Amino acid sequence: MIASHLPALQVVVPLLGAPFCFLLWRSPRLSWLLATLISWLTFAISIALLVTVNNSGTIEYAFGGWQAPWGIEYVVDQLNAFVLLIVSGIAAVVFPYSWISVQQEVELRQQSLFFTSMVLCLAGLLGITIAGDAFNLFVLLEISSLSTYTMISMGRDRRALTASFQYLIMGTIGATFIIIGVGILFMLTGSLNMQDLAQRIPELDQSRALHVAFGFLITGIGLKLAMFPLHLWLPNAYAYAPSAASAFIASTATKVAVYVMVRYLFSIFGVNFSFQTIHIQWLFVPVSLFAILFTSIVALFQRDIKRMLAYSSVAQIGYMLLGIGLFNVTGLTATLLHLFNHALMKGALFLAMGAVCYRIGNTFIDSMQGLGKQMPWTMAAFVIGGLSIVGVPLTTGFISKWVLIQAAVERGWWPVIIVIVVASLIAMMYIWRVIEAVYLQSRPENAKNVSEAPLSLLIPVWILALANLYFGANATLSSELAGNAAATLFSGTGF
Amino acid sequence: MAPEILLIWALALPLIGGGLTLCFSRIPNLREGSTIVVALALLLVVSQLLSHTLNGETTQLTLFEMLPGLSLSFKIEPLGMMFAGIAALLWPINSLYSIGYMRGNKEENQTRFYLFFSIAIFGVMGVAFAGNLLTLFVFYEVLTLSTFPLVTHKGNENALAGGRVYLGILLTTSIGLLLPAIIWIWSVAGTTDFTAGGILYGKISGIPLTVLTLLIIFGVGKAAVMPVHRWLPAAMVAPTPVSALLHAVAVVKAGVFSVVKIVVYIIGVDTLTAAPWADLLWILPGFTIIVASVVALNQDNLKKRLAYSTIGQLSYVVLGTLLIAPFSIKGAALHIVAHAFGKITLFFAAGSIYTSCKKTEISQLNGIGWRMPFTMSAFTIGAISMIGLPPAAGFLSKWYLLLGAFEVDQIAAVCVIIISTLLNTAYFMPVIHAAWFRKESNESVLTYGEAPWPIVGALLLTATLTILLFLFPSIPFSLISAIPL
Repeated sequence: MIASHLPALQVVVPLLGAPFCFLLWRSPRLSWLLATLISWLTFAISIALLVTVNNSGTIEYAFGGWQAPWGIEYVVDQLNAFVLLIVSGIAAVVFPYSWISVQQEVELRQQSLFFTSMVLCLAGLLGITIAGDAFNLFVLLEISSLSTYTMISMGRDRRALTASFQYLIMGTIGATFIIIGVGILFMLTGSLNMQDLAQRIPELDQSRALHVAFGFLITGIGLKLAMFPLHLWLPNAYAYAPSAASAFIASTATKVAVYVMVRYLFSIFGVNFSFQTIHIQWLFVPVSLFAILFTSIVALFQRDIKRMLAYSSVAQIGYMLLGIGLFNVTGLTATLLHLFNHALMKGALFLAMGAVCYRIGNTFIDSMQGLGKQMPWTMAAFVIGGLSIVGVPLTTGFISKWVLIQAAVERGWWPVIIVIVVASLIAMMYIWRVIEAVYLQSRPENAKNVSEAPLSLLIPVWILALANLYFGANATLSSELAGNAAATLFSGTGF
Repeated sequence: MAPEILLIWALALPLIGGGLTLCFSRIPNLREGSTIVVALALLLVVSQLLSHTLNGETTQLTLFEMLPGLSLSFKIEPLGMMFAGIAALLWPINSLYSIGYMRGNKEENQTRFYLFFSIAIFGVMGVAFAGNLLTLFVFYEVLTLSTFPLVTHKGNENALAGGRVYLGILLTTSIGLLLPAIIWIWSVAGTTDFTAGGILYGKISGIPLTVLTLLIIFGVGKAAVMPVHRWLPAAMVAPTPVSALLHAVAVVKAGVFSVVKIVVYIIGVDTLTAAPWADLLWILPGFTIIVASVVALNQDNLKKRLAYSTIGQLSYVVLGTLLIAPFSIKGAALHIVAHAFGKITLFFAAGSIYTSCKKTEISQLNGIGWRMPFTMSAFTIGAISMIGLPPAAGFLSKWYLLLGAFEVDQIAAVCVIIISTLLNTAYFMPVIHAAWFRKESNESVLTYGEAPWPIVGALLLTATLTILLFLFPSIPFSLISAIPL
């Protein structure tokens, strides 16, 4: 009985849980406990969904028994079951972590609000992923975005407010573009259901309105996923948000946006329209190559390591877009695989930075000098995450790059491979800067001595760090999931 | 024990040794004692494996598979066995020497030193026994990263600068050139397993094959073919035991070993012969040999001179491989062994001099032979081996290299070898002459004698081995004749 309602519960549990979190505002600890409980519950649900999808195929869930296209429909296929797992898995690790970190970084009276926003954001992200209808997707996108703005604005630094405002403006422009696109699609086809759209769009035969809708949608989603050069909101947002929020958003929000992009390009507009009529790859390939190189170089010059990681994120998103732009199954597999792998590595890195911030109050490279001796476990986890960003074998980053380069080889695009290799070398340099400061410099004279981060921070950090190693050594599971989803998308049978 | 189990022990023992050093970090005697015990155990395990290999058995082991067809696996073959044998034989001797050196010079952070030394040996074992290119690459990087803390051991600005050059060149070449080459090989051959006769036959030919070979020669930065040799002199800021075992034996040999292994087991000798300009490839190491020897002539710092001599000697191995003649490839493999024993002796001697009287420049060495007779006798034997005179091991490998060069009618290569022999003589003889035949300057008021006994013991052992290898070369010979060419 319950099992058949799992798709609804996936979103309803966090969505209805959020108000309860807020009702517990007198005791932040209780609202945190509830949030953690919700995150674990959603994680369990997403695992159950993934298993069901793998065993018995796509699940279509009609809300309240109202059949699509009239009712609201949730659809779980291999692609979004995989993304659901990533989002809820990261939440299940970050939420327990957030208590101590938020204690220190967020004002007492706002703490419950912070946990509420986190749960709402989780609900939004899961909803975007599972929604089978374009308008619902938009609504849930707004839920997640609004709660993200709130979380960012609670950062201790006053610049968090401007960062949040900047993101609010850019995000709203993006959302407006998306809704305009969805509106035009509705005008053209008379439907908002994704499967319906996928059926009717090919019949539209090259109407100019369709091209306009495509343009609005891609630009809007591009803003949300920080596609270069629409990424300007991202570095500040990640740098000034409370650590727990940075870790959560960095490993989930952009991933979900990439998922939406893939969904629109492959399932709704269809491979033929996106790649053979519009040739979106001629936008994605140059833009992503430029993003990979340019933002990696910018990352080299950041003093604040959280900011450096943010720029590195933009570059990593470039890898994902590049995978789409390579326009073959292997490339799309690389993109989906990197969704997963990048969530693990950036999660580990941001959580490690959160632990550093908890002890020394900021994440500037100068104040982290010599920290390797005082916080050995935190910094060791950072090194593992860093190696993964560089793409050293036996880490997840290597697997992503390996598959991505295979895709480029299949295309015969050698310059692309050179860019990937050069960007890896630049990544090595920016990670090395931190390693050198942390392990080879001695602690500045006037810096206070600190001890290792508390266990409740260390355990989540290490869960993600070890996951990086595990899925780097044994990528069969993750690559199979990504590969199956990619193959389905390409065959055009996804919806 | 079954060879698979032995193989796991060979990889695990260095790590166990590292763990023990950490456990006993507060009890120096126990810490160093455990290192020696583990090193001897490793020697035992490797010699067992050697007897299996000499019986013609091949051993394979897959640890885990990352993606289908992409695994971390090991395979024992004669060439790798030889490399592992040298490292396992020299590690206990070097540990003995390290104890004398590190205590004699009162170095700090000795636990870190022994820990990373063990991890480096773990890397060496992995490189030697790697069953495919990816595994080789992984352990190659383990070796690079684990030796960095050893190079920068002193921790001063000078050491850090040297370390940056070291890491920068080695990582850039391996990630920038070798890794793309590996991916390229995987994409055309669908595998990277080391296979007798190579895996690229009929898969890639013409100019791309030549380009691929160049990517490998320069991508394996540890082979120090010019212009990617700068890291080697930079690494000389390390304490001498590191220079001795790692930068005369383990790290550099991991480089040239990888080149030989990739040419023999991946590209395939016959496939490479057919590549355009394959007969000109040897010019790269040939050029390196001559230039490095000339540069060595002008170094007054003893360790620097030895470093440039190493660069030249490494290129002998690459030269032998790229002459692509059966004899020369065997000579190259043999030279890996011969040079190891000779060069470690020379570095040991340099460290012995530094420990006993803090002298680092050749111009300060007048008459030192009579104060440190054991050290300088060993140095003389090492130098003779480098020049390639009997009765030292260097003679054998040079003989094979020359045979190979004649076999493929590369008279120019023959000339390079002969000229370089003359240059070797020219840069080693002055040291020997100064040590034994020049009078000590009068203003030297220092009185000093031999270095501590672990140092002297270690260098006498390696000098003896250099001569023994010339007299009884049957084990390396049976290994090199088992290499499938």
